[in-house]
Amino acid sequence: MYSRAYKSAVAVPPLAWMALFLLAPYALLFAYSFWQVAGGEIVRRWSLANYAQLFHNPMYLDVLLRSMRIAGAVTALALLLGYPLAYYLSFRSAKKELLYQLVIVPLWVSYLVRAYAWKTILGSDGVLNTLLQYLHLTRHPVEFLLYSPFAVVLTLTHIYTPFVFLPIYAALEHIPRPLVEASGDLGASPARTFWKVILPLSLPGVLAGATFAFVLSLGDFLAPLLLGGPGGVMISNVVVSLFGAAYDWPLGAAISLVMLALVVGLLTLVQRAERRLSFTA
Amino acid sequence: MATSTRPYEHPWLAGYASAVFAFLYLPIAVLIVYSFNGQSVGGFPPHDLTARWYGALLADDAMWESVVNSLEVALAAVALALGFGLPAALALDRVAFPGKALFRRLVLLPLILPGIITGLSLLMLFVAAGMKLSLATITLGHGTALISVATTEIFAGLQAMDRAQEEASLDLGAGYWQTFWRVTLPNLRLSIVGAALLIFTLSMDEIAVSFFLIGRSNTLPLEIWSRLRRGITPEINAVSTLIFAFSLVTILIWYRLRKRQGARL
Repeated sequence: MYSRAYKSAVAVPPLAWMALFLLAPYALLFAYSFWQVAGGEIVRRWSLANYAQLFHNPMYLDVLLRSMRIAGAVTALALLLGYPLAYYLSFRSAKKELLYQLVIVPLWVSYLVRAYAWKTILGSDGVLNTLLQYLHLTRHPVEFLLYSPFAVVLTLTHIYTPFVFLPIYAALEHIPRPLVEASGDLGASPARTFWKVILPLSLPGVLAGATFAFVLSLGDFLAPLLLGGPGGVMISNVVVSLFGAAYDWPLGAAISLVMLALVVGLLTLVQRAERRLSFTA
Repeated sequence: MATSTRPYEHPWLAGYASAVFAFLYLPIAVLIVYSFNGQSVGGFPPHDLTARWYGALLADDAMWESVVNSLEVALAAVALALGFGLPAALALDRVAFPGKALFRRLVLLPLILPGIITGLSLLMLFVAAGMKLSLATITLGHGTALISVATTEIFAGLQAMDRAQEEASLDLGAGYWQTFWRVTLPNLRLSIVGAALLIFTLSMDEIAVSFFLIGRSNTLPLEIWSRLRRGITPEINAVSTLIFAFSLVTILIWYRLRKRQGARL
């Protein structure tokens, strides 16, 4: 029904743009990761030296593992907060439209500003510490709250909980209600109905939300810079410093590429899992 | 007994949900309260309520300049993302081309990839091309990354569209161009406006990509960032409260519009 001219008119411009501004930059990132820095200059000599350094220097592996632990903790906490909230809204609340908007609204406050608000809350003369002293629960400010992996996990959990909530809520809303009612009519308790009917059908949403929270917190470098302190340094902070003061773009590119491979690998696994889940559902 | 499986307002769950809401709103409440705090550092409870920080904000030229920069970047990013996202959605919907599956995944990649990777790889491109970093490079970064949003939103709109209208238009002698303007585009109106709003807000708050592509002029988030790094400034609370209030009004208007349009359709 569409002419050749129409087809090329809609397909060629976006393809060309993507090739130039998406594919070419990724190709450059790939190339850089095999180049070197010598005498303060980037030299286009191909070798695996950057990758060898990554695997031999335990510092890089440690930071990568810590980033994955932090991202894992954020994902688990965001699910723990987001799933019951989504379930409550979808199945148990009479005012779900309004409450849904209330979950979205915090997303309209800038990421940086929310991270900064946590700094105001957790700092040694911050809201929480002054409150604790005011209530005589502690005499001296509790120092470990800010500038720690804890502060990073808390802040990122706050930021990604709505993102985990959204796909889960969408999945729950798509569950045909007669299915849930049938389970009850056939004698299953509400708990059994939840475990056997609702939870399995909502798993694609859980998977989508969890992937999003994990990948985006894995790559975050702002929350660690603002609230992490020396113990909260994450893998992207290493990349930022390699592209800044440390001036080793090739090594930074190699780390980014490892991150990219991790993310793409994870996405592929998730896609496969999703396909299997939707077959059984 | 269908009703017995759906008892409204489960008390434990309702309590838990309220606690989650409290967690989500605590930083926002702190932000608003402390924008009126007389003392320049934290402390609890806040003392000496004042509008001083709003006054300081009004006189802060660098902050306002960054707001204008951000608005320019966001508007240009919307134009760019829609300009390429609309044809991309049409192509995904109705053109078979080699590498289509790959293209679909590639378009979506910047949405799910950490911003740092998009930022860095574009930085390498601009350096290789000998381009000077400026608001233009940030706009190119935002626009490219957010084509993903435009494409997915408009593609969803196309999938929901009634094809018969387009076919009728073509059968009755209208050309492709005329059909596009008179039939396709009006049908996609809601998806396009929705995508534009989403792209605009995402661009206004974007920092990871901008962080690497910044030239001399700051966007608002980068201006805030540079001040946060220097120490606590309650002016940041004031500007954030204003942005929050502005966003709330925008969402309310958008929902009103959508409701009215939904009622008409």
